[in-house]
Amino acid sequence: MDKFTISNLDLYYDDFHALKDVNLNLPPNEITAFIGPSGCGKSTLLKSLNRMNDLVEGCRITGKVLLDGEDIYGDMNVNHLRKRVGMVFQKPNPFPMSIYDNIAYGPRTHGIHSRAKLDDIVEKSLRDAAIWEEVKDRLKLSALGMSGGQQQRLCIARALAVEPEVLLMDEPTSALDPISTSKIEDLAIELKKDYTIIMVTHNMQQAARISDKTVFFLLGEVIEYGETEQVFSVPNNKKTEDYITGRFG
Amino acid sequence: MRIRFEQQLEQLNIELIKMGALCESAINKANEALLNVDKNEECVAEVMGIEDEINQKERDIEALCMKLLLQQQPVARDLRQISSALKMISDMERIGDQAADIAEISKYVQVRQNASKIHIGDMAKATTKMVTESIDSYVNRDLKMAQEVVRYDDVVDDLFQEVKSELIELVVKDSQNGEFYFDLIMVAKYFERIGDHAENIAQWVEFSITGKHEF
Repeated sequence: MDKFTISNLDLYYDDFHALKDVNLNLPPNEITAFIGPSGCGKSTLLKSLNRMNDLVEGCRITGKVLLDGEDIYGDMNVNHLRKRVGMVFQKPNPFPMSIYDNIAYGPRTHGIHSRAKLDDIVEKSLRDAAIWEEVKDRLKLSALGMSGGQQQRLCIARALAVEPEVLLMDEPTSALDPISTSKIEDLAIELKKDYTIIMVTHNMQQAARISDKTVFFLLGEVIEYGETEQVFSVPNNKKTEDYITGRFG
Repeated sequence: MRIRFEQQLEQLNIELIKMGALCESAINKANEALLNVDKNEECVAEVMGIEDEINQKERDIEALCMKLLLQQQPVARDLRQISSALKMISDMERIGDQAADIAEISKYVQVRQNASKIHIGDMAKATTKMVTESIDSYVNRDLKMAQEVVRYDDVVDDLFQEVKSELIELVVKDSQNGEFYFDLIMVAKYFERIGDHAENIAQWVEFSITGKHEF
């Protein structure tokens, strides 16, 4: 069964029609990349998947987004939705607190206060985000003292701490150097065994390298959705071809 | 958009056209070396010179393709165009080798009078046409022309069978020159192989355009 089933989704920011009749089935345990030029709606759709757009004034949504068959715009509790669908942003945004508290923050808000249990969660999350070895001796130090690449992995660890099912990543490596980028990419491939990953990226090579499926957006519409290898070798749509070969516009 | 890249792809096309033209010259000169006793030595030397140029061209185009892969990280049709070029130049290099093989044999063939009566010259013409059109189809992204080249290989194969029959007849009639007719069957086989390489080139052109390759 698909993790997300998106049908006839339209989204407006006041009069602006940002997403037009989007229909997509996103499979579990795969990395799906959203690509397209700035303003094409890819981040808007990503944010729609855990209702981050609810906070945007003038935002109106019609259509359906089902998570494991359940309508996320129906009766689902938003906090519960965001626990199941975590998000990592373009710029690493650790909280101004210790590394440990950054990770423990989510579980605490979900009612976990046992020290032993929190210790376990912190270690497991940091290990899963491939950063445990680098920070295990300075868990009490401020997260703000970490490098950009470490901060981003910390944010991934923080997202993992509440045991989500889906990780939304909005250009997670655009602010990072090649080594940190490569670590995040390896991590994403590792994490897809346990999570469904949906990633917005402007880096074509990154989409080609790590994603299983690719969705190409243009002016709020899905132009092409297919296996990444097919999309990057023999795209079906000329607009996709023009965009990925750099001849768009 | 991507002006530098477009220029480099254009450069790749130009180099491929030049390499194709060298292959055509090599085939024609090898044929002339075979049929024209007075010009044999001169033509053989020319074919050897052209073959060196073809080998150099292969290295140059290979380097250009590697540079394009490194600098431009091409995808979709650009990637297919460049990867096809890399495969095509191997076939063109083999065409050069085989033209040189024909030229080498031509030095020892002493039955030119009879050679000119059989269809070897037609094989040279047919394979030249295949090489020219396979490269043209690449440059113009002309799928129909590439498919015609693939089909045209049957014409070369038929000519080979015809030449074989003609040579069998000649061996029977003129057995004292039998050794030279065996040389000529080798020449015919080289032309037939040149046809196969031109067919390969056309198949890579098909891949470059459609993303599908007939193996």
